[in-house]
Amino acid sequence: MTMAPAPAPGDEGGASMPAATPGAVSPASRAGVDGRPLLRVEGLKVHFPIKEGIILERHIGDVRAVDGVTFELRKGETFGLVGESGCGKSTTGRAIVRIYRPTAGRIDFDGVDIASLEGAALRQMRRRVQMIFQDPYASLDPRMTAGSIIAEPLEIHGIGTRRERQDRIRELLPLVGLDAAYGVRYPHEFSGGQRQRIGVARALALDPDLIVADEPISALDVSIQAQILNLLQRLQGRLGLTYLFIAHDLAVVRHISDRIAVMYLGQIVEVASSRDLNTRPLHPYSVALLSAVPIPDPAVEMRRQRIILRGDVPSPAAPPSGCRFHTRCWLRERLGNPERCSAEEPVLRELESGHAVACHFAEDVAGSVEQALVTGRRVPPTAIPAGGDATGGEVFVPGDATSEVPPGTPVLPEAAPGAE
Amino acid sequence: MSLETPGVTAVAAAPRRAEERVSRGLWSDAFSRLLRNRPALVGLICITAFIGVAILAPVIAPYGPYEQRTGGRLEAPSAAHLFGTDLLGRDMFSRVLYGAQISLQVGVIAVLMALVMGGLIGALAGGLGGWVDSVLMRVTDVLLAIPGILLAIGIIAWLDRGMLQLMLAIAVTYVPIFARLLRGSILALRESDYVIAAGAVGASRLRLLVRHMLPNALTPLIVQATLILATAIIDIAGLGFLGLGPPDPRTPEWGTMLVDARRFLQTAPHIVFFVGGAIVVSAIGFNLLGDGLRESLDPRLKR
Repeated sequence: MTMAPAPAPGDEGGASMPAATPGAVSPASRAGVDGRPLLRVEGLKVHFPIKEGIILERHIGDVRAVDGVTFELRKGETFGLVGESGCGKSTTGRAIVRIYRPTAGRIDFDGVDIASLEGAALRQMRRRVQMIFQDPYASLDPRMTAGSIIAEPLEIHGIGTRRERQDRIRELLPLVGLDAAYGVRYPHEFSGGQRQRIGVARALALDPDLIVADEPISALDVSIQAQILNLLQRLQGRLGLTYLFIAHDLAVVRHISDRIAVMYLGQIVEVASSRDLNTRPLHPYSVALLSAVPIPDPAVEMRRQRIILRGDVPSPAAPPSGCRFHTRCWLRERLGNPERCSAEEPVLRELESGHAVACHFAEDVAGSVEQALVTGRRVPPTAIPAGGDATGGEVFVPGDATSEVPPGTPVLPEAAPGAE
Repeated sequence: MSLETPGVTAVAAAPRRAEERVSRGLWSDAFSRLLRNRPALVGLICITAFIGVAILAPVIAPYGPYEQRTGGRLEAPSAAHLFGTDLLGRDMFSRVLYGAQISLQVGVIAVLMALVMGGLIGALAGGLGGWVDSVLMRVTDVLLAIPGILLAIGIIAWLDRGMLQLMLAIAVTYVPIFARLLRGSILALRESDYVIAAGAVGASRLRLLVRHMLPNALTPLIVQATLILATAIIDIAGLGFLGLGPPDPRTPEWGTMLVDARRFLQTAPHIVFFVGGAIVVSAIGFNLLGDGLRESLDPRLKR
């Protein structure tokens, strides 16, 4: 912009677009070649103790917000983490930026286990892993100007002189699409979208390798959401960032992510490439999630069916035995409530290359009518479960209970034949 | 604005516009809202008058506060003596003006002392948590359980009469209020996104407290301090009335003056009236101002 400071390091006068200038504050070593995992989370657990008593507190249990989560982020990719609220996706993100201390497990970042780092080593790591918060109104200190908010990470880490930090602010603001002169304004003078841009600029200030974006657009107007998504994508291309993108909206996540992990009740139930997850979801829960995403094609929408999960998410303080999803699983009903679901905890197994799922009966999802219907594929009319006609159907009757049910229709999971 | 399509004119114009426009901080924003609030404006005028009178008392007052005239005792208000004279022939107008000085001085210092002590306790309790929090809060609970004026009487009885003791006694009664207020704000702010965000970047606990939590916890403290100033002025008069005010009985302190005038309530009611009026106006003024500040500083009324 015309207001660009005279000799911003690495910036060629700043005529059109200020170049991404990792320059001044770049950490010496970047994660290695593409494909090598930048972040490897292994068996991550974050439990919050439940205490009782006024003076002498007794430990009476744990909320197992995250209970054994394993995944990998390759350098330069966007990894989506989806699930309904309370499934532990945000807690996972917050553990990675070490807002929470993990109860167990490893978080290997560029070869260093950061799960147990403390003191100076932790501070050094914080420079390379930054976070974008969900609520742009709550995440900016109302008593600080936009400039001082953006410069704060630099100040905390003692980077640059006051003047250099000013230059950096004037370089970061245009980078996120704001006027370089806006640095003197206070957060309440900005709109929601502009505030989120300030949040992004703050995350970029230290020139990090990994950004954990915790539902960065779910608090914004729909019209603004796309702008911020595009900004994030553009910045990724320019700065070589790796994103852990957390959201509850599968439509958003699959748009931006290379790979997606679906979480349910503190565990990952399925990991796949964005494409695979959309075309062939293999976990009954993923199928249900996908059924909630509209397809912009009326013809497809007509023959699609939604899978309404019954009941609420069980309490993470007392998760169900065996497979955590078995209390709400449509496939389990279809199969006649097999013992294995409630007895044995399924492990994440790689069913296809790069497509892992934690379900004992994932093979039954593959090629099922539900999978086809949810993804909008054409199915032979004979195979479609008789919707609403619960008495007449012989072949796919069990499917009825889990397919879309008119409001008020009693749901009878016991009515599933095919058991024994 | 989009980064890819920087319209030449827009880019040239935008920075200049932004530069011209001086950013309005939260404080100036709040002040302009305060001026639009009628009751608060009345309060502000009362308080400005009160403070002005207190500071300018030596200039405005036609007589000295101790100046006695044997001739005119318990005189009714007249042109020479606007508020009349008391038993010793002292000009009541001058004494009320000097009284404002004492009330303001004692009140402000006492409230500041309470603010500092209470703020320190609250910040420690909220910032450190754990057993420090438990111990400090139980102590403040004990203080809070004793009625304020009784506690003040006890402290003066223990430390003897004197201006400093008076201030201390009033300060101690308000310490728990400030302590709890700040502790509560800090506990809430500790979970706020921007404090968590700064913590995730690597800010130390001290920095979080000083840079983020204290500035944001300040507004309720300011509001509370203004409201407490009103009660403190009444407390000062109350203690003076009970004979626990300034040790020198001639001091023009409003409460002490009330006691002196009480005996002549029938014959010379104007003395009680003007002194009482001064107390009421200053107390109401701080109350209105405090309420107005609460409204204009409350971030929930924003956006």
